[in-house]
Amino acid sequence: MPENESSPSIRLPDPAKLVVSNSPHIRSGQNIPRIMFTVVAAMLPACVAGVWFFGLAALEVLLLCTASCVLFEELWNRLTQRPSTWKDGSAIITGILLGMNLNAGVPWWVCLLGGLLAIVLGKQLFGGLGYNPFNPALVARVGLLIGLPEIMTTWNATRSMGADVITTATPLGMAPGAVEIKQMLLGNTGGCLGETSAIALLAGGAILLAFKLIKWEVPVAFIGSVAVITGIAHWANPAEYHSPVVHVLSGGLLLGAFFMATDMVTSPMTRKGALIFGLGCGIMTSLIRLWGSYPEGVSFSILFMNALTPLIDRMTIQKPFGYVAPEKGKVA
Amino acid sequence: MNEKPRKFKGGVHPDDSKALSASKPIQDAPLLEKYTVIMHQNIGAPPELVVKKGDAVKKGALLAKATGFVSVPLHAPTSGIVSAIDKCPGPTGLAIPAIEITADGSDEWGSPFEPIADWRQCPPAELRQRVADAGVVGMGGAGFPSHVKLSPPPGKEIDTLILNGAECEPYLTADHRLMLEQAEEVVVGAAIIARIIGLDTAIIGVEDNKPDAIAALEAVAGRYNVRVQALPVNYPQGAEKQLIYAITGREVPVGKLPMDVKCVVQNVASAVAVADAVVRGRPSIERVTTITGKPVVRPGNWRLRIGTPIAKALELAGGISEQPAKLLLGGPMMGIAQRSLGVTVMKNTSGILLIAGDEVSLYTSEPCIRCGRCVEVCPMSILPATISQAVENKRFDWAQQLNVTACIECGSCSYVCPSHRPLNQHFKWAKVEIQSKLRKK
Repeated sequence: MPENESSPSIRLPDPAKLVVSNSPHIRSGQNIPRIMFTVVAAMLPACVAGVWFFGLAALEVLLLCTASCVLFEELWNRLTQRPSTWKDGSAIITGILLGMNLNAGVPWWVCLLGGLLAIVLGKQLFGGLGYNPFNPALVARVGLLIGLPEIMTTWNATRSMGADVITTATPLGMAPGAVEIKQMLLGNTGGCLGETSAIALLAGGAILLAFKLIKWEVPVAFIGSVAVITGIAHWANPAEYHSPVVHVLSGGLLLGAFFMATDMVTSPMTRKGALIFGLGCGIMTSLIRLWGSYPEGVSFSILFMNALTPLIDRMTIQKPFGYVAPEKGKVA
Repeated sequence: MNEKPRKFKGGVHPDDSKALSASKPIQDAPLLEKYTVIMHQNIGAPPELVVKKGDAVKKGALLAKATGFVSVPLHAPTSGIVSAIDKCPGPTGLAIPAIEITADGSDEWGSPFEPIADWRQCPPAELRQRVADAGVVGMGGAGFPSHVKLSPPPGKEIDTLILNGAECEPYLTADHRLMLEQAEEVVVGAAIIARIIGLDTAIIGVEDNKPDAIAALEAVAGRYNVRVQALPVNYPQGAEKQLIYAITGREVPVGKLPMDVKCVVQNVASAVAVADAVVRGRPSIERVTTITGKPVVRPGNWRLRIGTPIAKALELAGGISEQPAKLLLGGPMMGIAQRSLGVTVMKNTSGILLIAGDEVSLYTSEPCIRCGRCVEVCPMSILPATISQAVENKRFDWAQQLNVTACIECGSCSYVCPSHRPLNQHFKWAKVEIQSKLRKK
């Protein structure tokens, strides 16, 4: 049996090539692009539904918005001489989200302008990924809504509504009782191209939850509080107010609750904070929808709560393991 | 017999990679020509030399004596001549004084003390003194003098002794093999420690990925009134505060010690060292160390003498098959990276680990995306991401308010961070700054 225990041919590490750094020395392998592209995968069902119901115009909007966001991200990085970041996937998410928040019939330059607003105004001016206080896609959507109200509140009809119908109303814009729940579940109804199909959005939400990319507290508190508040209003006055089912399934609530309010950068970090954030979004959305001048309030409420996020984070600082409350000035 | 342990909040599940060495029995390392015993191996004051160059020493003879209560003596790993007293590379990268012993080959014992045959009748104070004289420290990594932990100040009641056999660090299997092969010594050590602190029972906590070790301990534990507690695998299960919580449900208050919740925790290898000191009359001059990692030719577990150079230890394992990216003392989560093969095995060297280039994490850190993963895994329930940003802005006051000092540096946050932020580094930095500010006051 060949024994080479003490043979001089035993190879030892070359100390000059050893890396010295702090622990831990292994990592989970998790990284930003992986997170971002899983989110993109979760958005695909709703995008496919949008293209199915609104036709190739929807695909065009999605692609244009994504391209525009990537373009402005890269342009900004070049102008400011920073390393390229579009490959981390966050600009792609912003682009797709922006597209999902637009009507399938918007002109091409609206997509371009939206990309500029989202990336430059919503994100890069604050310092880029991780530093933006507001959800960039929502900054763009609300910017466009205020600047171009006509374009932003005209809704393409779905393909199955017939060739002679060009535009339609969103369910929340209809009279209570005229809404077909089944079509809302499928997505065969007027609205932003990515917000109409409840089933596809729920499937995407399930992906996000399964991969632990969002905290369940946000969508549950958001959707739950809208259901409860609009439910009370409907119970009190069914002729005036839509049923809570219509409220939950329409107006981008599912899209907002699963994909936009859950944005990591702009929502609280602790679970308790996420619960407060979701509740706040739900209350604001209900108030705007029931008594505000806009029929839909998801975007505004999320932006509003984005602004409160640092405050919520500060309010929900958790007690460390083994926390002892400082003794109050005891008198002996 | 197992009570259900409590699950501490947070924790991570890295690939444990223990299969490389878990089935390899402990081997005694052959005698070397030279050993270099690093002078300062414990938390607390360094010991004071009692030998000079040229002195002949027997195996186990005193080389340096303790210089205070929180200090431990050092003993000769073999018989021979004190051939040099000089600086040698230390584990932190700084050169530190060390005693070089050139072996005479006879390996003849000359222990400074006798075995205590009937330790059950021996007064606890005498046993405690023996632990101090034998230079036993926390061999799980901390290197804290054991006799200090076994000397609760008057008024501090202790009702639970926990032996830490969790070995939650990936790769390491030294404690596993020790519990499996020397179960009785572990349990005897536990019983002796219990006697020292006035208890008649002890609990050994072991992660349940070591069923053979649990079975081996349980086979002998009953005779010594010791209980074995299986624990779920969750890093850092072996962190003192998490271990105490899992077994007793008590939370050690921030800034306090286990004795403040009536607990004493000792590593299982330290318990064996205690048993050796008492039953066999031998000082702490060796330990079981796992030499492992993908680049290692024959990973395994060896009984190494204190003062064995890393290079010689690696030769025992057949050397390497590829150049590693990192050489660590300890495990991959908390181990210290080395840049010299001249560092020698110390009493707390639980592992010599080589990390391959494709495993090592060399990243540039990216901005925090506030995903909250670090918050989820933090076993101390602090806010790593927020504290890290405070440190980046040199707001150490804010970091302190956010309880950075509660951090146990387990590295779970850095492990999961998708932006590869230097969270653990930030916390260490903040602690140093906060400490130096306190000292200035």
